[in-house]
Amino acid sequence: MSHKILHKVLHDICAQYDNNQHRMMDVLLDVQRCLKCIDGEAMNHIASLLGCTRIEVEGVVSFYSFFSDTPKGNISIYLCDDIIDRQAGLKKNAKAFEDALGICFGQTTPDGEFSLDYTPCIGMSDQAPAAMVNDIILPNLTPESIHLFIQALRAGTAPEDLDGVLGDGNNAHDLLRSQVHNNIQVRGDVLLCEVGEDAGLHKSLSLAPADIIEQIVASDLRGYGGAGFSTGDKWGFATATQDTERYVFCNADEGEPGTFKDRVLLTERPDLLIEGMTIAGRAIGSEYGLIYLRGEYVYLKPWLEHVLEARRQKGVLGKDIGGLKGFDFDIRIQMGAGAYICGEESAMISSCEGLPGEPKTRPPFPTEKGYFGHPTIVNNVETFCHVARIMDRGARWFHAIGTSASSGTKLLSICGDCSKPGVYEVPYGISVQELLEMSGAKDICAVQVGGPSGHLIARNEFNRKICFEDLPTGGSIMVFASTRNILEIVDYFLEFFVDESCGFCTPCRVGNVFLKERIGKIRKGHAVPEDIDYLKELSNTIIKTSRCGLGQTSPNPVLSSLNNFPLVYSALVNENEDGLDTNFNIQDALEESRHLAKHRSYIYDPDFGEG
Amino acid sequence: MSTAKTLTFTIDGKTIQAAPGQTIMQAADEAGFYIPRLCDIEGLRHQGSCRVCTVKVNGRTTSSCTQPAEQDQIVESETEEVLNLRRDLVRMLFHEGNHLCPICEASGNCELQAMAYRLNITQPTKFPYQQPVRSLDASHPDIALDTNRCIRCGRCIRASQDVDGKGVFGYVGRGVHRSVGVNGDNLADTNVDITDKAIAPETCPVGCIIRKGVGFTVPIGEREFDLMIIGADIEGKSDD
Ligand SMILES: Cc1cc2nc3c(=O)[nH]c(=O)nc-3n(C[C@H](O)[C@H](O)[C@H](O)COP(=O)(O)O)c2cc1C
Ligand code: SF4
Ligand code: FES
Repeated sequence: MSHKILHKVLHDICAQYDNNQHRMMDVLLDVQRCLKCIDGEAMNHIASLLGCTRIEVEGVVSFYSFFSDTPKGNISIYLCDDIIDRQAGLKKNAKAFEDALGICFGQTTPDGEFSLDYTPCIGMSDQAPAAMVNDIILPNLTPESIHLFIQALRAGTAPEDLDGVLGDGNNAHDLLRSQVHNNIQVRGDVLLCEVGEDAGLHKSLSLAPADIIEQIVASDLRGYGGAGFSTGDKWGFATATQDTERYVFCNADEGEPGTFKDRVLLTERPDLLIEGMTIAGRAIGSEYGLIYLRGEYVYLKPWLEHVLEARRQKGVLGKDIGGLKGFDFDIRIQMGAGAYICGEESAMISSCEGLPGEPKTRPPFPTEKGYFGHPTIVNNVETFCHVARIMDRGARWFHAIGTSASSGTKLLSICGDCSKPGVYEVPYGISVQELLEMSGAKDICAVQVGGPSGHLIARNEFNRKICFEDLPTGGSIMVFASTRNILEIVDYFLEFFVDESCGFCTPCRVGNVFLKERIGKIRKGHAVPEDIDYLKELSNTIIKTSRCGLGQTSPNPVLSSLNNFPLVYSALVNENEDGLDTNFNIQDALEESRHLAKHRSYIYDPDFGEG
Repeated sequence: MSTAKTLTFTIDGKTIQAAPGQTIMQAADEAGFYIPRLCDIEGLRHQGSCRVCTVKVNGRTTSSCTQPAEQDQIVESETEEVLNLRRDLVRMLFHEGNHLCPICEASGNCELQAMAYRLNITQPTKFPYQQPVRSLDASHPDIALDTNRCIRCGRCIRASQDVDGKGVFGYVGRGVHRSVGVNGDNLADTNVDITDKAIAPETCPVGCIIRKGVGFTVPIGEREFDLMIIGADIEGKSDD
């Protein structure tokens, strides 16, 4: 591409966002989509258009997985690589892609048509193996279907027109036409049952903002994104500030491996979500809402834009909402670009400001100083949906569901070794055993509750309950059959944290690499008892000194497997009887010298001279 | 500091006065109580990334360079538990990069090395060496950049942005790949100048930013931390 055309493309893209540096994410997403690459020259030019430095642009480009400074294909394929996909036959699918395209992962075909990469969990664990092809999702892949898809793409079929079974519900809507399935297995009494249209919003309009917050407090609603913070209290903190420019952010980043329930809500209950956000706007006195949608869910964007526009037309979003003079509230969608850490609320705010997704220093908390220093409440998709229902049916109704410290129902994403993976809306307090029975999971040896940073529990704990007082979860429930290798699971989770750490603070950036290295040593059977102490001490340092929730929980797979599966470790750990350094492996070391010297060792290669 | 010191809290039992808005570290410094640090340096905004300044506040660990001082806080700093956490962090930084003290120009002036001595880390540690392969940028006539020793403290980045008003340096990459990059193809391609605060000897705590032509003017053995334990200047202060 000539400089002139390049500059014109960049100029037009930046102009669309008023050359505003804070819209960096949108600018870069468009540039990547348009040019398939954001190289040094493009970065230089974007910097001059946005009035910032090239290194600032580069900092953002190099932070997010879906930006690339080398050319990606016109069709970029990201195959989902998580533990569920690995167990569902990732290897043969990966090979099918490589064979069909004639390239390896990380490469682009010489004609520039295709690029092939891995990406962590894309929120499709109930229909694994799955891949992203440009903006769309292809679930339930097999080597045969992969060959057919590539053939069709080669013949000029657009990814969105590829043959396949359309999904159920709104997935089949004209704006989506997606092959993704909802797999709703159990509809509970709060979100997935029939819900009244804007019933909660209309009731809220007759209430004073403080009374809305009071109802939310009375319902004991706790955030559904994982931490379980009181939603009413959070809103109260934001309202207590002097600053009246306030923001309502919806966390639709859903990056926790094994979670996909927000995807189903965004597909089937977008009105309820936006209704809940609008009620929040009224409650905290905010005019601006933002939905941070993970890059992997970009196929949902036209659908959500459509719902937003329909609501504006109906007068339940935008100006004078519901006829209430002066109640203005509107919402914009901010796309992510492949970074799990952006699910952390302050990192999400950084990303929305056009920065790398790095968490911010706390205090101050976002409720006090968030988006551009203004009070910002961040809530999960499911939390906002519950808000709308509570305002319709009342705090007492909601409070009566669930357990004493965990009110309401919870959407669980169940996946792995079960016959009915999918979304289950169940009251808090349900036991793991009940979930296994519901989902048709047999001969299960381990269940990971709450994603990689949660708990890996063994059979003797299957009577434990899903709720904040026992086993909390953002929604991810992965079930593993007795044939599965526990340490492979732990190893994968550590790999995930190593890849997704933002790298800002020392313990998380470096410590997780060391944890993974030592689990690798144990898997190879080289470990000694001291390695177990090492893992525990290192975990303690990472947990205690990391700056945000990622590092503060990333050693959990190690600690909970050590706790609940001690036999797995003891089977692989041997006393170091000769006292030699077990980190040192003579064969590994020799491999390098064999290469350099181009011959083998007389002493250590027993069959020397035979080959 | 002009604001009145109206707050009182304790560090390891010692009473410390603080002005509202001060961090625990600032208040401690003024009281002559040194808390180890690498990414924080007077005159630059706090970043809170190295975590070497970790303390326990009312039983919870946090970074003292960012945590505001509060009335009646109970801060633990020199306990064996906290010291062990700091030791692990300093070890991690050693193992993440390539730190060959005996042949390093910064030896004796290096804060990482000095911190290791202060924390009694004197031998190879339990962690594996990462031995990364990082390139050297010698493109500029006056300055060389050897990121083999970089500990990602970001002091050069903040100095260039906030003091020099330039933005010569910045972070690139994520996770283990996070590193310090320059605003251009290489240093010569930037508007960096030898007189920048970002290039001043006190800015880089290790030996990453090298001023050409001035190496070894002070012989090893007579350098800053050859003569004084790191933090001793602060510990010599008294709060009056
Ligand atoms: C590393 C990390 C990733 C997170 N990812 C998500 C996420 O994908 N979705 C989410 O709702 N919350 C996520 N959270 C929690 C958010 O920081 C925040 O607590 C939550 O969005 C608040 O909403 P809630 O109170 O409604 O749960 C994450 C936290 C951390 C530390
Ligand atoms: S804990 Fe990890 S993700 Fe969080 S700030 Fe530190 S490096 Fe970044
Ligand atoms: S000095 Fe506080 S985190 Fe580095």
